[in-house]
Amino acid sequence: MLQPKGRLARPQRKWELFIKDMKRDKHLFVLLAPYMVLFLLFTVLPVVISIFFSFTHFNMLEFPRWVGWENYSKLLWNDDVFLIGLKNTLIFAVITGPVSYIACFVFAWLINELNPKIRAFMTLVFFAPSISGNVFFIWQIIFSSDSYGIMNGFLMKIGFIYEPIQWLQNPDYMLKIIIIVQLWLSLGTSFLAFIAGLQTVDRTLYEAGAVDGVKNRWQELWFITLPSMRPQLMFGAVIQITSSLAVADVAMALAGFPSVQYGAHTVVTHLVDYGTIRFEMGYASAIATVLFMLMLGTNLAVQKLLKRVGE
Amino acid sequence: MKLAMRLKKRVNRSWQVDMMLLLVLGLFGSFMAVPLIYVMNNAFKPLDELFIFPPTLLVRNATLENFADLFQVMKNSWVPFSRYIFNTFFITAAGTAGHILLASAAAYPLAKHKFRGHKVLFTVIVLSLMFSPHVTAIPNYMIMSVLGWMDSYQAVIVPAFAYPLGLYLMKQFMEQIPDALLEAAKIDGASEYRIFWQVVMPLVKPAWLTLLILMMQMLWGTDGGSFIYSEQLKTMHYAMGQIIQGGIARAGVGAAVAVIMMTVPIVTFVFSQSNVIQTMASSGMKD
Repeated sequence: MLQPKGRLARPQRKWELFIKDMKRDKHLFVLLAPYMVLFLLFTVLPVVISIFFSFTHFNMLEFPRWVGWENYSKLLWNDDVFLIGLKNTLIFAVITGPVSYIACFVFAWLINELNPKIRAFMTLVFFAPSISGNVFFIWQIIFSSDSYGIMNGFLMKIGFIYEPIQWLQNPDYMLKIIIIVQLWLSLGTSFLAFIAGLQTVDRTLYEAGAVDGVKNRWQELWFITLPSMRPQLMFGAVIQITSSLAVADVAMALAGFPSVQYGAHTVVTHLVDYGTIRFEMGYASAIATVLFMLMLGTNLAVQKLLKRVGE
Repeated sequence: MKLAMRLKKRVNRSWQVDMMLLLVLGLFGSFMAVPLIYVMNNAFKPLDELFIFPPTLLVRNATLENFADLFQVMKNSWVPFSRYIFNTFFITAAGTAGHILLASAAAYPLAKHKFRGHKVLFTVIVLSLMFSPHVTAIPNYMIMSVLGWMDSYQAVIVPAFAYPLGLYLMKQFMEQIPDALLEAAKIDGASEYRIFWQVVMPLVKPAWLTLLILMMQMLWGTDGGSFIYSEQLKTMHYAMGQIIQGGIARAGVGAAVAVIMMTVPIVTFVFSQSNVIQTMASSGMKD
């Protein structure tokens, strides 16, 4: 490449190159533009707005007033309900996150060993709950507090209990039931990604492994299968972590909102409370920002961990 | 020869463990299936069977009463039930179609061309997979009200066009198209738009079907979020919520709505399963 002459030549040449590139790529930008405009407007801009408003006092009526870190300090030190929500969210995430992730993998792995027809059927059985819209209200009927609830009816029939249990009003049961329902719903996109990933693992690797002294299916799993599908494992982790930290719909549908003694309160229900009921937008934005940071941090940490699979 | 024998029996497998794992699979499989089986049976139960104690899982004398009642019950409400069905269909169809079109158009340059900023754009997309829509719900509400889109179909439909997961999967899938094919089209004088529309799009049919499934599932279950208030614009999911509020007396009708709700996504998945799995195979993030 020619060396630019003099001090002025360089930025000018860079600019010309830039224009040239833009002209060459203009068709590409036309293809990209519609999606990107909407993406910026409905995904990126809201995040930016949210971070900005988290430093203000804003109630949708008056003009936002800058308050610095006040929302955050109130949130983390003076808001007991938020801490309950955070605790519940972490309990959810720590249980449903890894369990659903491992379940997605284990079931995908087991299904993959079946013959194709049964495989397709079992995939449907495991995937159906997550795809069937929001029919998780079924669980509300199953755990209904009267004796028509199938769980109470069953337990009373076998004589295990004598009167119906108030499953969804009792903070002791609430959290556990929501965890079960969340797990029931959680074999979604990442489950499919794992099934697909397993089908792309190079078969000859297993033969080579057998020759090299891989003795059983567990060694096969750790040394061959898992490392081969590391990209899908990463993808699944992102999806699974994000959804396990955002538990709210199930909690609100089953335990009501607000739930008895905040037994099923989560970060997102707290966000809904301040955002759509109290209209304290600045405070709600601070909650959203904390949640965003939590998701980002967990994702990055887990991705680092996953890079060590099969070592 | 010895290796070939062992491969036929499948390497490193013992039948005892096989049986144990199958048992595990069956056990959890029924945990997944029972609630859905229960609700399907409930939808066909006559009134007296719904109130049997203890409740039964399977229906004995199946009837279509609940489906007839559904339209009967909703006849007295503000809008007929068919309106909710139409709204859900319309939102799902428009949102899914727009998403497939725009996400594929944007995925093609990202997958097959190196231009200024392509890495940054893709990084932002990957990052945005990492937060749930709840984080952006409130600012989105403000944006909608600034745009004047409150209480309209487009408040639900247009944001769905730019859902990040679809673009991500589409881009990963498009990367597998051989460059030589695109080069050939270019040498034959095709423009970028033509390459995209006539060469790339037909090749990524499995990816479309995947996006169809994912978007459909999302939009089909939408209750209109915080944007839709008029009764005429509300969706089936919302109506379902109202019916279920009716409590035990409406259990059969509620189950009937639920069956209508879940049938469409499940049937679509059954018909596109192999394509969906083919797309997901390319879904990984490279480290």
